[in-house]
Amino acid sequence: MSTAAATALSQKNLLGIADLSPEEIVLILDTADAMKEVGRRAIKKVPTLRGRTVVNLFFEPSTRTRTSFEIAEKRLSADTLNVAIGTSSVVKGETLVDTALNIEAMAPSMIVLRHASSGACHLLSRICKAAIINAGDGMHEHPTQALLDAFTIRERKGSLSGLKVAIFGDLLHSRVLRSNLLLLRKLGAEPWVCGPATLIPPGLVDMGVRVTTKVDEAVEGADVVMMLRIQLERMQGGYFPSLREYFRTFGMTEERVQRAKPDVIIMHPGPINRGVEIASEVADGPYSVILDQVANGVAVRMAVLYLLAGGVDDETVA
Amino acid sequence: MPIVMDADRISRALTRIAHEIIERNQGVTDLALVGVRSRGVPLARRIAGVLADVSGEEVPTGALDITLYRDDLMRASVGPQPIVRKTEIPFSIDDRTIVLVDDVLYTGRTTRAALDALIDFGRPKSIQLVVLVDRGHRELPIKADYVGKNVPTARTETVQVRLQDLDGVDEVVVEAGE
Repeated sequence: MSTAAATALSQKNLLGIADLSPEEIVLILDTADAMKEVGRRAIKKVPTLRGRTVVNLFFEPSTRTRTSFEIAEKRLSADTLNVAIGTSSVVKGETLVDTALNIEAMAPSMIVLRHASSGACHLLSRICKAAIINAGDGMHEHPTQALLDAFTIRERKGSLSGLKVAIFGDLLHSRVLRSNLLLLRKLGAEPWVCGPATLIPPGLVDMGVRVTTKVDEAVEGADVVMMLRIQLERMQGGYFPSLREYFRTFGMTEERVQRAKPDVIIMHPGPINRGVEIASEVADGPYSVILDQVANGVAVRMAVLYLLAGGVDDETVA
Repeated sequence: MPIVMDADRISRALTRIAHEIIERNQGVTDLALVGVRSRGVPLARRIAGVLADVSGEEVPTGALDITLYRDDLMRASVGPQPIVRKTEIPFSIDDRTIVLVDDVLYTGRTTRAALDALIDFGRPKSIQLVVLVDRGHRELPIKADYVGKNVPTARTETVQVRLQDLDGVDEVVVEAGE
């Protein structure tokens, strides 16, 4: 792997952080820096993607991510089309592949896909000519969330290298965690994860991650505290006795935050469960960058859309 | 590779242009400079320096990246996207005379993109154009108001402007194409 700055993405799709080199991640973050300025203008629109169609294909509920993608697409002047599962032919029994082929026949440039099945984006990328952007697939990856988290950290801390990033919450079901751990390792941060043993997936140590069930140990001296949502909809298994007990043992409270570095930032990909994984005073506190994350999400997605819009020469694809 | 402008020549040209800007606008009130990335930015800063020396007033100076406004972006079906850099215009351009600064005027397409970009920031009273080198071969009806040097070139040649801030040396060089 070269250390020279990347000037383009080597892949046609954004399926996961796993496919990106550290230089490509930096290229996306640098491009997002420029895109953020567009959002501060009186006229928040540039003509860059005129005549390109982007389809937002969401098979799972989403407010933040879908809205964020749609705003990003509109700021770049792309034509956008939202297909939501509730009103689509999926309820009539159409398969993902058939839905995708039908959309593909209308020649969109890009498809932004969210799906409950891990690997749905990889499947579509093999059958579609359009570029596929993963907006969350099952328990696999959610690359634009990890990129906007990295962007937010870099904005506050200058760099990710050497930072202690402590991640709490539902580690087992989290595609956000997976994408973030991959990205944090690629940019040289030191991720820690903490949660009840029942919610810690195997294999984290092999990814270079420190694992603990003790909140105080994870928070101690942390530069970044990242909370993940307790995914109540995926909690049929009885992973812990009660939400109240979870909050008492693992919830991020004012008192626990005191152990982190004085300039710690608190992050959460949303939607937050107040009083479950995070206390309200912490979520709304001075070190919380939760709303910055949302704002940065638009800039990061504009960067991804822009960089993928050029496509890739077939010859350069390995 | 003939050097068509050396450091002295560039410096004298920028000083002359600064004086022309003052003469034409009868001062620097309501004036602002916007450099087109990359090399228009240090050029704009240097002109701002001369303007400040001569008039005693600081002229606001910004940087404009025109990448997102290029007319060739989505033409090729595939290919890597040009790098986007930050636009920094930390002042309102409304009702101001904006002096746009670029290094080389060639087809006029960059200037067209810059004009479109500027208009998205507001409604300036007027826009004037400074270029260090006008090399001809316009493809759009665009003309510079202030020119450092007219350099006749063939289309096959390239004009390289190198500046101290970015390249460690001040010179303009015409290179033969392949």
